[in-house]
Amino acid sequence: MRTIDASEVTARIREMSIESNYHVDPAYVRKVEEAKAGETSSLGLMVLDQITENAALASAERVPYCQDTGVSIVFAEVGQDVRIEGGLLEDAINEGIRRGYRDGYLRGSVVNDPLRRVNTRDNTPAVIHYRVVEGDRLKLYFAAKGTGAENMSMARMLKPSDGREGVIRTIVDHVFNSGGNPCPPVLLGIGLGGSIEKAALQAKWALFRELGAPNPDPLVAELEGDILEAVNKTGVGPMGMGGDTTCIAVHVETYACHIGALPICVNVECHAHRHAEVVL
Amino acid sequence: MQSIDLPLAPEVVESLSMGDMCELSGVLYTARDAAHKRMLEDAARGEPLPIDVAGQVLYYVGPTPPKPGAVIGSAGPTTSGRMDAYTPRMLELGLTGMIGKGGRSPAVVEAIARHRAVYFAAIGGTAALLAKRIKEVELIAYEDLGTEAIRRLVVERFPVVVAVDSRGKDIFAEGYKEFAK
Repeated sequence: MRTIDASEVTARIREMSIESNYHVDPAYVRKVEEAKAGETSSLGLMVLDQITENAALASAERVPYCQDTGVSIVFAEVGQDVRIEGGLLEDAINEGIRRGYRDGYLRGSVVNDPLRRVNTRDNTPAVIHYRVVEGDRLKLYFAAKGTGAENMSMARMLKPSDGREGVIRTIVDHVFNSGGNPCPPVLLGIGLGGSIEKAALQAKWALFRELGAPNPDPLVAELEGDILEAVNKTGVGPMGMGGDTTCIAVHVETYACHIGALPICVNVECHAHRHAEVVL
Repeated sequence: MQSIDLPLAPEVVESLSMGDMCELSGVLYTARDAAHKRMLEDAARGEPLPIDVAGQVLYYVGPTPPKPGAVIGSAGPTTSGRMDAYTPRMLELGLTGMIGKGGRSPAVVEAIARHRAVYFAAIGGTAALLAKRIKEVELIAYEDLGTEAIRRLVVERFPVVVAVDSRGKDIFAEGYKEFAK
């Protein structure tokens, strides 16, 4: 049994929340840079230029890339031979968020309750997902998830007869109808199979994959490629004003499901792709 | 690229067409979800609004806290569709321009045309860059709303695109057509 002090968790979460908000995923910025060559809309090109310029500026000046510094999403992979000492893991994570959002001049974007809607001012609580895994390590994944894109996410219970084509059509229609709201060019995290909540969790988890890396299952990887191609034919374009660059990458995660079910969830990520991870 | 002074003169509003790239300079006011709700609750009770919106431009933004020495934190546009429920009434009160991101409802597009107003799209997510174009900030009302309070901004060369013009032409309804395959 290995022990990790709760204060260590707090320190690392604090650091990840600040750094990821100042420095968005460089792989995303590279993909936007590459997309310029294929963008035939002059407005679209202007948008892509402004996106890469903004990324460089936020990084250099150490200021938030986007004013929506997001709701804090944490996935914690807890090795079953790890013990957290000096406090509850959940409290340690939230304390890290509290300090990071205060010390990093990040926006408090969380209300205490969906009906009372009083801003907690320190961005707590985080949305935390736990998984128990083998080993004596604690791996923490952090994301700042902006709500323009999160609000354009969607879950549906398709019929098995809808099949692969139904999956593609559902996603393409959804991205088209979302227009400029999720701040395209977007990344699509898709959970396919499982149950409604499993699909939603998988869709979120898919966003943590290395950007553009295909699913190891070739059948799923092919689906990812077909979805990407179809979405980029909609013409939605950068910020929804028309163009060729609507989507940067598609990540699909699958899971076994009921004989009568085909659950699907799409979690949309904006170009402010703010992710970090650390192993303790 | 057109240089446009704020507040907007009526003839300037008329001259703008969907898809025009503009740089705005002058005064605008910030308001997003909670400030809209409260302003229209004030108006419904017959109380004066904290700002006279007639002839003005609203920017849908909730900035990050400023770092020491900075005028404002990062300050890009939020999703305009969430203000759709309030916008026809704001236009009736004389509002002439809005800045946000993403599409508007058919009812809002129709109201923009009826009131000869304009909706500008700023580039969502480019908040560090847009903050550079904000030169002065003054807190006007609803301080308790924090980031959602109403602030008076002075901007210089603030980049936007005409998304819905005063004739109701809407880039979010039409822009994709040329590029759909």
